[in-house]
Amino acid sequence: MLSESLKAKFEEIIARYPLKRSAIVPLLMFGQDEIGYVSDELIEEVARAVGVPAIEVIEDVGYYSMLHRQPIGKYNLQVCTNVSCMLRGGEAIFAHCSKRLGIGHKQTTPDGLFSLEEVECIGACCGAPAMQVNYDYYENLTPAKVDQLIDQLREAHRNLGSGTGE
Amino acid sequence: MAETRSSVSLTIDGKTVHVPPGTLLIEAAKQAGIEVPSFCYYPGLSLQGACRMCLVSIEKMPKMQTACTTVVTNGMVVRTDTDEVKNARKAMLEFVLTNHPLDCPVCDKGGECELQDMVFRYGAAETRFLEPKLHEEERKFSSLVYYDRPRCILCYRCIRVCDEGMDVNAYGIGFRGVHSEIIPNRDGRLECEECGACIDICPVGALTSGTYRYKTRPWELTYTGTICNHCGDGCKTTLSVRNNQIIRANNRDHSGVNGEFLCVKGRFGWDFVHHDQRLASPLIRQNASQHPATWEQALEMTAERLQAILTERGPNAVAVIGSNRTTNEESYLLQRFARAVLGTNHIDHHRTADFSSLVRALTEAGAADRYATMEDIFRASSILLIGNDPTHQHPLVAYQIRQAVRQHSASLYVINSAAIKLALRQAKLFLKVPPRREVDVIRVLAGGGEAPDLAEGGSQAITALRDRLRQETDTVIIFGDEIRGGGVAELVRWGLSLPGRTRFVALGDYANSRGAADMGLLPATLPGYQPLADAAARSRYESAWGASIPAEPGKDLRSILSAIDAGSLKALLVFGSNPLKTFRLDQSVLSKLSFLMVAELFPTETAAMADVVLPAASFAEKSGTVTNTCGQVQALKKTMRRAGTRSDFEIICALARLMGANWRYRSAEDVLREIIAHVPGYAVPLPSLLVGRAVATQPRGLPPLLEDSNLVFSSRDSLFTSGTVSRYSWALNSVDEAKRPYGHIF
Repeated sequence: MLSESLKAKFEEIIARYPLKRSAIVPLLMFGQDEIGYVSDELIEEVARAVGVPAIEVIEDVGYYSMLHRQPIGKYNLQVCTNVSCMLRGGEAIFAHCSKRLGIGHKQTTPDGLFSLEEVECIGACCGAPAMQVNYDYYENLTPAKVDQLIDQLREAHRNLGSGTGE
Repeated sequence: MAETRSSVSLTIDGKTVHVPPGTLLIEAAKQAGIEVPSFCYYPGLSLQGACRMCLVSIEKMPKMQTACTTVVTNGMVVRTDTDEVKNARKAMLEFVLTNHPLDCPVCDKGGECELQDMVFRYGAAETRFLEPKLHEEERKFSSLVYYDRPRCILCYRCIRVCDEGMDVNAYGIGFRGVHSEIIPNRDGRLECEECGACIDICPVGALTSGTYRYKTRPWELTYTGTICNHCGDGCKTTLSVRNNQIIRANNRDHSGVNGEFLCVKGRFGWDFVHHDQRLASPLIRQNASQHPATWEQALEMTAERLQAILTERGPNAVAVIGSNRTTNEESYLLQRFARAVLGTNHIDHHRTADFSSLVRALTEAGAADRYATMEDIFRASSILLIGNDPTHQHPLVAYQIRQAVRQHSASLYVINSAAIKLALRQAKLFLKVPPRREVDVIRVLAGGGEAPDLAEGGSQAITALRDRLRQETDTVIIFGDEIRGGGVAELVRWGLSLPGRTRFVALGDYANSRGAADMGLLPATLPGYQPLADAAARSRYESAWGASIPAEPGKDLRSILSAIDAGSLKALLVFGSNPLKTFRLDQSVLSKLSFLMVAELFPTETAAMADVVLPAASFAEKSGTVTNTCGQVQALKKTMRRAGTRSDFEIICALARLMGANWRYRSAEDVLREIIAHVPGYAVPLPSLLVGRAVATQPRGLPPLLEDSNLVFSSRDSLFTSGTVSRYSWALNSVDEAKRPYGHIF
């Protein structure tokens, strides 16, 4: 069952569009944020909410790479290697992430903490090379900055996990 | 076509063409005899513009345009033969072939592949792509549908035929770019009606059939157009046969009442013909068990036993049960055999719709031209569906209704005790009524009055429906077994009071349910709905047959069964029917008979009790005619032979001769000529039938009223069942959906 707050969110979003089906992708995004991935139930609920056959929602999930059909890591590192980032060392940043975490494109660390993705332009060319961790942007990256970021994220998780977080 | 005010004139490759406004350029070119190649364009389906094969040059337009999405305008100057167009086609095909495996030598589609044909006609000799081709393993979407991703050219035809033709929406496009593929609705599996239209419509070998794949090459097959033997809709199906084996069925020539439509039964359900348990030799009961015998032994034994019972107890001790699937010729001969040779009117069949009452009501109202055909359903502007669930029981009727709604905005009104799919998805107005109260609704619709508890929404809902129907014209009224006997008369009287030419269809279950009634497999009705009580009708048949017909009406099927139970009926002949199961009889009833003969395809419950079992030929192994539920007569064509079997025609003729009749039929066609000459309403043009047309009949007659409404009942077969024969179909039982109950909405 979807939470009441999510259902309310669905209604609010659907009301924004002249065509209900236009809301499919935003609904999936909000649903994924709450559930962690796009579950079968979420697909059925979104289809019902906008009045289309489930297959039309499944099509969209396959099309958009930011929608995941399986649970992924708590922190999803999306490294841009598109033109601007590539020219400023984006591929090396991706390689560094991969080496540091021991995982490749679209893989998750065994502890479920990190996922890594090589993505197309994230619209942060002015700060290339850039990456997006969940919804947060990190720009002008260097391998050292990446190491620092990963350590910070690990630390933040540890604090939350031991109950000493904020 | 002459130029008229309502036509648009344009020039294609220098030819002037006149077409109606709104015509698509690709169709205009076709009319001018100019082929514009395309993959994704498909008449009757929505436009896709995906394949880019139909690019043409249009004067004053800066770039080439897709002919399939361009509507013609006056003065348009189009070229399809320029170098630019030719190069575009070459480039598109080169592109389509980027990842297409050239496995044509083993591909099912090889030899009848649209991509092969296109490359042959328009393709380039070489490709500039040198990268390795992307490969994906073949996937099993269901036991009947397989998908080969690399062969797929993403024309979306399968998706559109499933959405728009079937209203099932089982397919989508998954992923994107070069990784795009067709995806089924349930996690890699299909959950659908399994009609196989997607396989049929696939221009390449991407979707293949679980029953046909990797079995043969299309040029090794012999193609015979015949009529599907399952439900009462009478779809034309082209059986593809090699070495006396049916390998597939489809209807690619779009002939018949169904065009290219076939349901799962029509496309895959023919395999019962080849089932191991088909009876292959006559059986004779000796002591407790049945033993194989020769045809002569079995037929002679039948004739002798019948003769002995006739001599000892008279013709009233003998009864005959006919079939819903045998041909018109066989049904006609069977009742002639019963009446003129055995001298009994105890003949009936499992009636699945009350055709007699419809004929009687229309005749009484002087409206015997108001039978609707399958085409009429498609063309109708207004349709009233009472009872039945055509999506399951009459897939073609359901298809025609959906297309009427989709293609010309027909209004569908539904009265049903269940929320059937057509009611939920296509109906303008749905009146939900308690079970078996449909006829009461008709009464209220006709006579006014109040009935607050009759329908959801109360009297107001019924009044709303009446008001809507009074604003429509030329309504086609389609009804199931819920309306029978006097109910049919009430429905017809009221229906004819609606504006325009109201027309009617009664929905009967099986391939020749209608023909069985038309041919007089009824105790008090002669062929062509002529009442037995009418001395003039009787004497017409007596002079045609050179024999007398007993005047006393026979027993109906339920009375036959109770007379057997009471011990007054001693011999029973059953042709292509399984009364033990259909009427939920106890075995002990049939064991009271002195003699039981069953002509059947399979060892049914009834056949297991028989003294003589005769292995009958199936629909694929004989010629003749059948009449669909709308009264359209079509020809069955013999497709193959099956060792050991004989057609019911041969069986009835042999028995008649053994019992002293002087019958001289050489073939079923001789019987058909007799039917054409003598059965009112069946004066159909023989040549039309022989070339495969469906000929509408409009029977006229005053058969007796239905006395016992329990005589008319449908078996409520689902999409995957079809009486006895579906129990012997691998294909129909192999799909997961077959486990779903009757009425399940896919």
